Amino acid sequence: MSNETEIANQAMEEATTEEQQEMQDKVVSPEKAEEAKLKARYPHLGTKPGGSDLLRKRLQKGQKYFDSGDYNMAKAKMKNKQLPSATAEKTEITGDHIPTPQDLPQRKPSLVASKLAV
Amino acid sequence: MAGAGGGANDVQWCFSQVKGAIDDDVAEADIISTVEFNHSGELLATGDKGGRVVIFQQDTENKSLPQCRSEYNVYSTFQSHEPEFDYLKSLEIEEKINKIRWLPQKNAAQFLLSTNDKTIKLWKISERDKRPEGYNLKEEDGRCRDSTTITTLRVPVFRPMDLMVEASPRRVFANAHTYHINSISVNSDNETYLSADDLRVNLWHLEITDRSFNIVDIKPANMEELTEVITAAEFHPHQCNTFVYSSSKGTIRMCDMRASALCDKHSKLFEEPEDPSNRSFFSEIISSISDVKFSHSGRYMMTRDYLSVKIWDLNMENRPVETYQVHEYLRSKLCSLYENDCIFDKFECCWNGNDSVVMTGSYNNFFRMLERTQRRDITLEASRESSKARQVLKPRRVCAGGKRKKDEISVDSLDFNKKILHTAWHPQENIIAVATTNNLYIFQEKVN
Repeated sequence: MSNETEIANQAMEEATTEEQQEMQDKVVSPEKAEEAKLKARYPHLGTKPGGSDLLRKRLQKGQKYFDSGDYNMAKAKMKNKQLPSATAEKTEITGDHIPTPQDLPQRKPSLVASKLAV
Repeated sequence: MAGAGGGANDVQWCFSQVKGAIDDDVAEADIISTVEFNHSGELLATGDKGGRVVIFQQDTENKSLPQCRSEYNVYSTFQSHEPEFDYLKSLEIEEKINKIRWLPQKNAAQFLLSTNDKTIKLWKISERDKRPEGYNLKEEDGRCRDSTTITTLRVPVFRPMDLMVEASPRRVFANAHTYHINSISVNSDNETYLSADDLRVNLWHLEITDRSFNIVDIKPANMEELTEVITAAEFHPHQCNTFVYSSSKGTIRMCDMRASALCDKHSKLFEEPEDPSNRSFFSEIISSISDVKFSHSGRYMMTRDYLSVKIWDLNMENRPVETYQVHEYLRSKLCSLYENDCIFDKFECCWNGNDSVVMTGSYNNFFRMLERTQRRDITLEASRESSKARQVLKPRRVCAGGKRKKDEISVDSLDFNKKILHTAWHPQENIIAVATTNNLYIFQEKVN
């Protein structure tokens, strides 16, 4: 083989190795690619400190806005007046409105038998 | 092939029964939240989001005829838990049944523990097939007899009646959990059981409801420092002093109750080392263990995390002995699975009777059977389309990318609302119960 061909071959090999390296850099693990996607959509994700919002959200499942203290204070204050009545819409109750037990979504046990038992 | 278990690919699975409504409009209360066979496999219990328990009984009459596989029929149904509101904490307490665990049978009655987020109840299910007749002072319908008309004395006798199955709550174990109960497990000593919530594990005596012992407490002094929660817990099947609990960080801790009253210090820590260069935002979330189950032999335990099933030898803490991918093709979909919350789905897993095959659910109403000895796996589907009597289930294949073959389904076509989170395997036979959102499918081994 002539020198030129050897050099040419070597150059080709180097080029292929370079290409491979480039490919490797581009072929990021699918997980990291997904992470990049998420960070692009939610840039502030994961930057907040303090134990993980996820865990705290999990522990607080079922929290409803009803403060028994506020409710009883309001009841005591307005002995002779009526308590503010429930709002017609099912919006979350916050702000000046004092929630009453009636405002909370009524959860009654299911009186219907399970459809599996048919 | 003889015996229970066998290879996943030796066994052909056939549709046997499906329970529940056909319509697509699913009421929230009908969502099945737990499925459990009892120790003999004769009874199959389900719990739902509406707090109801339905128990099916295997019909053993036709067992001798090979073509007539035994069917499961409704045995009893009752409202186990009701919705509550804790006004003091401003917390709504769901009636959803998180877990059902059967007690081993000691007498004619059956007992099970069912739990929602806060309260565990012991239910007694008993049969009544006789009733006393011939009272002196009252009629059969209960009306009092006119005593002046009574001239003779008779002894009441028991006469057969139509079978009546009654469920009554015998114990209520309440007010011991600040956080949400995720597991209950009956001890092999048949006297105690544990209940686990996000941060604590409690030990109860089945007879005592006003006291429970706290055996694990991982609540940090400062809640801002909270980094992991307890996701599941189970007692060892034979060693009454041993239990394990899994965490949201992918670790399993084994504790020995003989070592100390408070088992905050583990006797073994099972954790697979992670390659730090592979770490991503999703790593911790998908490593969270959603279920842990000891093998029947007591030698191994299985854990389920979001993408895989791992089998651990209890004698080896530093890595699992077997790892099976459940749906690896989802790794490139984690972003959207995070956005639609599916990444937090808690899949359960179960062993077959002789620990040779394990099963777990997936999306699109697919479920997977992973055979251990020959490392073979199969994907099956619970669907109304394959619900003809004794129809053999066809294996399903998901195409991860590239060219989709004829029978394959592409990842993007999967229905992520159709999840199989709960499955159960009969303790002795090749009969499995698979719960879709609101239907219970029963599949059995094909008999020639």
